[in-house]
This record gives sequence, structure tokens and C-alpha cells, in this order.
Amino acid sequence: MSAHVHARPAPVGGRLLNLATVTCGVLILAALAVLAIRFTAGLGAVTNLNDGYPWGIWVVADVVIGSAFACGGFSVAMLVYIFNKGEYHPLVRPALLASLFGYTLAGVGVIFDLGRYWNFWHILWPGYASPNSVMFEVAACISLYILVMWLEFSPALFEKFGMKNARRRVGKAMFFLIGLGTVLPMMHQSSLGSLLVVFGTQIHPLWQTMALPAIFLISAITIGYAVVLFESCLAAAGYRRKIEMHLLTPLARVMLGMLSIFLVLRFGDLIVRGALGYAFEATLQSLMFWLETACFAAPLVLLRSAAQRRNPARLFVAGALLMLGGSLLRVNAFLVGYDTGAGWSYFPSVPEMLVTIGMFAIEVLGYIVITRRFPVLPREDHAAPAAAH
Amino acid sequence: MGSRQFSESGEPMAAPGSVESRLEMSRRSFLQFCATLATTLGLPKGAEAAVEKAMAAAERPSVIWLHFQECTGCTESMLRAEHPTIEKLILDVISLDYHETLFAAAGHQVEAARKAAMEKHKGKYLLVVEGAIPTKDGGIYCKVGNQTAIDLTRECAADAAAVIAIGSCASWGGMPSTIPSIAGADSSPTGSSGVAEVLGKPVVNIPGCPPNPYNFLATVVHFLTFGTLPELDAQGRPRFAYSRLVHENCERRAHFDAGRFALRFGDEGHRKGYCLYKLGCKGPETYANCPTALFGDAGAGTWPVGCGHPCIGCTEQGVGFTKPIHTLARVKNIEPPAVYPTIGEKQGQGVSLGSAAVLAAVVGAAAGAGAMVARNLGKAHEAEETPSNDPAKE
Repeated sequence: MSAHVHARPAPVGGRLLNLATVTCGVLILAALAVLAIRFTAGLGAVTNLNDGYPWGIWVVADVVIGSAFACGGFSVAMLVYIFNKGEYHPLVRPALLASLFGYTLAGVGVIFDLGRYWNFWHILWPGYASPNSVMFEVAACISLYILVMWLEFSPALFEKFGMKNARRRVGKAMFFLIGLGTVLPMMHQSSLGSLLVVFGTQIHPLWQTMALPAIFLISAITIGYAVVLFESCLAAAGYRRKIEMHLLTPLARVMLGMLSIFLVLRFGDLIVRGALGYAFEATLQSLMFWLETACFAAPLVLLRSAAQRRNPARLFVAGALLMLGGSLLRVNAFLVGYDTGAGWSYFPSVPEMLVTIGMFAIEVLGYIVITRRFPVLPREDHAAPAAAH
Repeated sequence: MGSRQFSESGEPMAAPGSVESRLEMSRRSFLQFCATLATTLGLPKGAEAAVEKAMAAAERPSVIWLHFQECTGCTESMLRAEHPTIEKLILDVISLDYHETLFAAAGHQVEAARKAAMEKHKGKYLLVVEGAIPTKDGGIYCKVGNQTAIDLTRECAADAAAVIAIGSCASWGGMPSTIPSIAGADSSPTGSSGVAEVLGKPVVNIPGCPPNPYNFLATVVHFLTFGTLPELDAQGRPRFAYSRLVHENCERRAHFDAGRFALRFGDEGHRKGYCLYKLGCKGPETYANCPTALFGDAGAGTWPVGCGHPCIGCTEQGVGFTKPIHTLARVKNIEPPAVYPTIGEKQGQGVSLGSAAVLAAVVGAAAGAGAMVARNLGKAHEAEETPSNDPAKE
């Protein structure tokens, strides 16, 4: 790892007030207004949740999808530190930042959806906690991982505030934190799949399988790389920086490898279980299944040759499609393919969507503010692009 | 031995000098009485024999019964006991040496009887106090034989084997101690207090307004049989009678659990015998054995709730005479939910025009923005590729 010399991270700089940040601010205010009603008048006042569908997009989008999008950090960290691919090191900090935000917001987002949120600590408190429940694993992993990730990211903060001693101490424990920071999100992402396994026949056969934990985990890692491609392209376009194509092109190959494993597992499982026939019925579930599958398959076509992998536009679209596919997988498994009995239905209300949009706006705004003010993205030297290589 | 005597009911009369003849009851009735008391006390099987032995053998204990701020309701209640009747009790089971209501004697004569009994049975007599004791202004608001209630209580308690406070007034002050509706008054005008408070030591309390006579009798018989007082709770009440909420054994409990309540006196629910909780029944916060012991030996239903009146919580300090009858009790075991779930739950609504429009707008905006970013990235890429021959690449 130390064999690779990279440009040190530095703040991007520039004005904080612009069209993007103001738009995000407005969306966040709208979400806060809805949340104010939610916390005074209750869940029923703003959501379309009911006894049949006690979770809606606040859980599926803000927490389940939000945390999957936040897998960039651990996917890249795993690549760099565990598979010792030091060349990707410049990608770690920005990916970790996005993960930090994604996971922290996912943790906070759970509170919005809990009817009796003031009891949230019961799930981890000895005496209340039930270590045999899947939800316990989900809760324990997400809360521990958020803590570990803040520690992993703390060097950027210590550098900003000049706390050299703290920086050094964290640096010594970093190998351990990185190990934990890989294990915990893997446990968390797979346990989100286990959560549905225990629902049994209430989940449509296209998604209900004992392989669901593995499917969720591998798709989350794949999404992690897709998010890095997506963000790098977006940051390059937004900040008018040079794209780190020398990193993204090989990373896309890693992503395609994971994607292939995912698709083999996904379809292998469907065939072994004999559930593929459900995909050819004229139902909403089969339509959504093919939409999901198309989003997963498209990157294989879009990025099939090395030349195509050098085209940032294709990387961006492929990354976005993979993120969409991962989102659809989760929406389908948690909501579209979830049938709790005759008569129950759910579609998110406008206020619910406003909160979800606001949550993503917080992530975007936070990313912009932090990359402009804190040393996260690699220093850009206009005179000699990609100097160290 | 030829001529056996028979009672009016035809049962054989007992031999002269035996406990049966003393109590003027048949052997069978006597044993039934002993068994009843043993059961009331919650004693194990076989204890009725001990009770019987104690009753038959023991010298009748001397009892001194004082009256202070009270209505004599406790005595009236005792007078209506039938197992045994009060005359059997005071003439044969105990030796009632001083009782203002029941004594034929009066004045100095009766006070002399009290002092003689206290002298004779020093350290062995039972002191029973009925009524609250006024403590304000040196206790001048209640005097008997020119002695204040405080003095009398202390004097009689000094050499008593045990002190029993009968009724809520003697237990903690009861009705006389409640704050009257006098402007500016912050406590009872006469400072009515319970016996334990005046003596500064715990006594056996048999609260109730009036208390069930058998709770008192059983306590006395326990003392006779075992020489000790029954186990008491934190308020000095015998556990055998006061360890369960009225609510726990209430015959209307099933209506409470099913949510069937009388809402007004005389309404349909009230006539059907529904739960009186919403009429202010204090059963859920009052410890007493009323629903199981009943009153007046008249059979089922002969207790306040059985007659359709909410329990007023007379055995519970801070509830009886203090909380208005109509106010809701604080349920000490399980609180009923304030709101019950509706029967027809909302099953959710499908897509609304607004939500579909917002979702479509978001998807459209994201797709549009994505396409723009992709196009710009593509253009930049083309611009880099076309001048080609860039040796710096890779």
C-alpha cells in the first residue's frame, strides 16, 4: 500500500452557496416540516402506513436502500486493505464519507419510522434485548458500524483541526477499525435479507429464498462499487475536476465481476427453487422483477469492452443503473413482493416521499459541504494531472 | 345418665361445664365456628383443632374497648355477627370488661371496672380502640371521665398484651381526619389521628367503615390460639384479610376485563350488573376481602359492589373519604387502555394522483439530470479522445 504515492487529499474549496446547495436546503426544510408533524401528530398523520404494511419507504428507501448505497466505503476499503489493492487508495476517503453519511442517516431514519421511537434503546439494552432475533443483528450491526465508521473517518477531521496526537492514535488502531468496518456492514446487509426470510410465505417466491442474505450482501458490495463510479463521475462533472479514469476503469472490472457473481447466484437460486416460472406470469411482481433484472444486466452490456470502460459517460450510466437495480431489488422484496393478506395495500404518501427526498438531499448537501471544506478528495494539480503515476 | 338433655333444635346438649355449654351451642356448631375462624385466617388444614383447643381451654381474655371520635358503626357491625353472636362473644369467648355502648353500668362505676380489669389482667388484656383520637389543643375535643382520649389510650395501652385499632377512624383517623370544606383549613379541625400515631408504635389495624366483624374476630382468635398476632402488612393490617385488591376477587371482574361498564346509576349496564369502575369504584386500588368475606351473613351479593354501589375504598388511607366517590380509581394491577383499537382497521390506500405525480416527477428529474451528466461526460470524453495521440494517457 505504501508503495503507491498519491496526491494527498485536500479541500476542494469554493463557494458553499449555489443552486445545488440551495435546492437541497429547500428540500431538507420540506422534510423537516413533515417530520415536525410526524413527531407531534404521529405516524398516521403523514404516512400511508397501516397494520398490514407497518413499514414503508422510510424503512425501505431511507434505511435499506440508503445503507446499501452507503456500501461504497466498505467495498473500497475491503479492496484496498484486505485485497491489498493500494492503487485505489485515493477513492477510500470520498467513498468512506458517502458511507458515513448514508449509514448515519439510515440509523437516524429508523427513528422516524418507529412508532414508539423513545423506546429505541430497548433493542440493545440487556434485559430488553433479544439476541435471538434477526432485528437484533440488524440493530447491533448498524449502530456499531456507524460508530466504527466515524472512527475510520476521524483522521480527516483531526487533520482539519490540526489534532496530530489524536490522528496518530487513531492511525495505530486503524487496522482493527477497518477489519470491523468490513465485517459489520457485511453482517448488516445480509441480515436485512434474513429479516425477510423470517417473513416466510408473505414474501413473493421471486424474492423469498434462503439465499436472500447472500443476495442482499453481494448486491450491496456491487452497489458499493457502482456508487463510487457514480459519485466520482458526478464529483468530476460538478467540480469540473479531472476524472480518475485510471482508477475507475479497473474498478469497473471489479464491479462487473461482483455483478456476474450476483446474477449467477440470483438466477441459479431461482432455477434451483423452480421459482423462475413466476417471472412469466402477468403480474406486477413479474414486471418489477424484469425491470430489476434489466437494471442489473445492463451494465454488463454497457461496459462489455475495455474501450467502453474508459468512457466516463458509460461508467456513470452503468453505476446509476446498478444503483437503481439494487434499489428495485429492495423495494420489490420489501414492498412489491410483500403480501400480508387480502385487502391490504400501500403506496407512499406525498409527505412520506418528501421526507425520503429530504434525506437524500441531506446526503448530497453534506457531501458538497464536506468535500469543499475538508480534506477528502485528492488534491488536484492542474499543471500536472495524475502526476504520481 | 338416663335423661339426656336436648336443645330446642333437638340436638343433644353438652355436659355442664364444657365449652359447648358455656357457649350454649352444640358441639357441632362449636366446631363449625372454630373451622370458620381458622378458614377466615387462612390457616392450614388441622388448625381448627388448635383453635378449638384454645377456645375450650383458655381463660377468656379480658378486653377493654374504648370509644372516641366515631359513629359506633364498628360496634354495630360486631353486634350483627352471628358466628358467634355478640352476646356469645362478649360473655363466653372474651371477657368484655369495658365497653361504653354495651355496658349497663355508667359513670364512676364503669371507670372503676376498667381500672380493676387492667389491674387484674396486667400485661394480658387486649385493648381495642374504636374511633379517631383528637390531638389538637392537647386533645381536649374528646374526653371520657374527664380524661382526654390521648391519656386514656396511653394509659390502657401501657399494660396491654396487644392493641387493636378497629375501623378506619382508629386506623389512621378515617372520616374525621379528612379536610373539611372550611375555607383556610388545612387539616381536620380537631387533629384526628389513628391509634398507632398517638402511641408512636405499630398496632393491628382493622380498617373499614365498618370493618367486617370476622376480620376482627379472626384476629382475636388468632391471638387466643397462638398467643401472637397475625402477620401484618405495611399499614398494620392483617394479611389474611387485606392482602388482595377488592378488584382481584370482585364478582364483576369479568365485566371489567370485557370492557362492560355501568356508566350511570340506573342505566342499562348498571341494571345488568356491569362493572362499576367508571362510576368511580375504588376496588382496583383498595385492599380488602369484602368480595370473599361478604357482610351480614346474608349470602351472595351482600357487599357494596354486589348491591350496585361502587366501592368507596374505606379500608385504604388516601382513598376512602378522601377521593370523591365519582372519580376513577388508579388501577393498581392492570391499567385498561384509554383507547381501544377500532374494529375496522384502515387497510391502506392505493396510488393517489398526487403521490403518483410526485414520484413520476422525481424519477423524471433524476433521469433528466442523469442524462445531462452522462451527455456532458460523454462530450468531454470525446473531446479528449479525438485529438487522440495523447501520450500521457495510462
